[in-house]
Amino acid sequence: MELNKDLVLKIASTARLNLTNEEVEEFLPQLKDVLSAFDLLNEVDTTNISASLHPINITGSLREDEPKKSEVSLNGILEDKYFVGPNLK
Amino acid sequence: MNGITTACNIKEKDEGLLKGITVSIKDCICVKGVKTTSSSKILDDYIPDFDATIVTKLKNEGATIIGKTGQDEFGFGSFGLNNELNLKNPNNEELVPGGSSAGSAIAAKTLKNHLAIAESTGGSIVNPAAFCGVIGICPTYGRVSRYGLIDYANSLDKIGVMASNLKLAALGLKIISGLDEKDTTSANVKVPNFEELEDFKGTIGIPKEYTQNVDAKIKNLFDKKITELQNKGIKTKEISLPLNAKYSIQTYYIIALSESSTNLSKYSGLRYGPQLDLSLKYNDYFSSVRETFFGKEAKRRIILGTYARMAGYRDAYYIKALKVRTLLIKEYQDALKEVDLIVHPTMPINPPKIADAKKLDPIKIYYMDLFTAGANLAGLPHMSIPLSSTSGIMITANHFDEKTMINLGGKI
Repeated sequence: MELNKDLVLKIASTARLNLTNEEVEEFLPQLKDVLSAFDLLNEVDTTNISASLHPINITGSLREDEPKKSEVSLNGILEDKYFVGPNLK
Repeated sequence: MNGITTACNIKEKDEGLLKGITVSIKDCICVKGVKTTSSSKILDDYIPDFDATIVTKLKNEGATIIGKTGQDEFGFGSFGLNNELNLKNPNNEELVPGGSSAGSAIAAKTLKNHLAIAESTGGSIVNPAAFCGVIGICPTYGRVSRYGLIDYANSLDKIGVMASNLKLAALGLKIISGLDEKDTTSANVKVPNFEELEDFKGTIGIPKEYTQNVDAKIKNLFDKKITELQNKGIKTKEISLPLNAKYSIQTYYIIALSESSTNLSKYSGLRYGPQLDLSLKYNDYFSSVRETFFGKEAKRRIILGTYARMAGYRDAYYIKALKVRTLLIKEYQDALKEVDLIVHPTMPINPPKIADAKKLDPIKIYYMDLFTAGANLAGLPHMSIPLSSTSGIMITANHFDEKTMINLGGKI
């Protein structure tokens, strides 16, 4: 499906991002330009080519599984042990 | 104007390799107790309560940390303009400083005995280094721990260094390098004494595609520099990187936008940054916070990155780009079997005027990364050495061969 105003708004809604009408009008041709450039990759034959999630082989060195105190405190974030968030209704 | 947007004065040790050296930290890297925002409004009041691993290492060597440097919001930009910081090129205030590590390059240029810690995802170290006329080194992916880095794109982000002096830049890189148990993508590879410069007697490859469509003055400076190197006994060879020249920009942006759109999902007005009226309904609250505090480029990237990962488009964009990336890495590795290093101008143009750069469409700005995206996609170490006060020569080496690259830098 070609990118249009409705699809941009649907994507924005999925990504929890409000866009103004002016932003949609401004972004739409810019986004189409970028996607059109991306389509050039269709020229490349990638049959039997694996995907590179990383540029080097990640060996994933892991530390010993011993509990350590987190450096990151939640001071100032929690109220009475809870996150305060928006209304769920 | 020295590129520093939040000042501090932190020195925890009197002795060490960085005694007497001031250090600035790009604003996307956490410094305990110092406002760290990635130059984004959505992190406007964020003060980390921990240090990035590289910051701990710098403190342990007696560095004096003097502040955080401005950048394009979250690293999204090639000119240093994607923020409200009014960053300018120190050589000429009408010109852009380059990006995204704009403040790092300005600090390296304007402050004496200064080491600027920068970060690159697609060229954000060498681009502003070239435009501001300083040395910028981006290491191999995994050489430096990313713990405490506010991520742009996890498979592409590398923390590196800038300075006006090659030995200081090389020393800084040595200090921040090494395996870190807090970053599982950091590599267990020996860290050499990069600052102990040795003679370079190898062969450099000049990719023909990366010397075409280059500003005539930059091409002239580049050609003269190559002749100088030849006169010093360095062998040169024309090579070709046709796939990278044609497809690296598209591949880079699809992967970078896909990864960044997921990384940006954590900014919702709850744990970090400013809040809005919490009486708003659940989804309305998050959508409003993100509307209010993200800049335009972040919004464009959220839309494009989410689109490239959506059911129905994922194979055509994201997975396709990851497969093309495999071919682009192989092309570089094949070239680096023929030559020791790859050399070309860092940027094809001199820095444009700020007023002109602000008028450019996003796609034209994306193409500014044409010469730098490939090495970043492949995770290869690369550096820029000044050709003039506003242009640079870029050297790219094989994975974890920063030492050879820096040795050639010493001959330039």
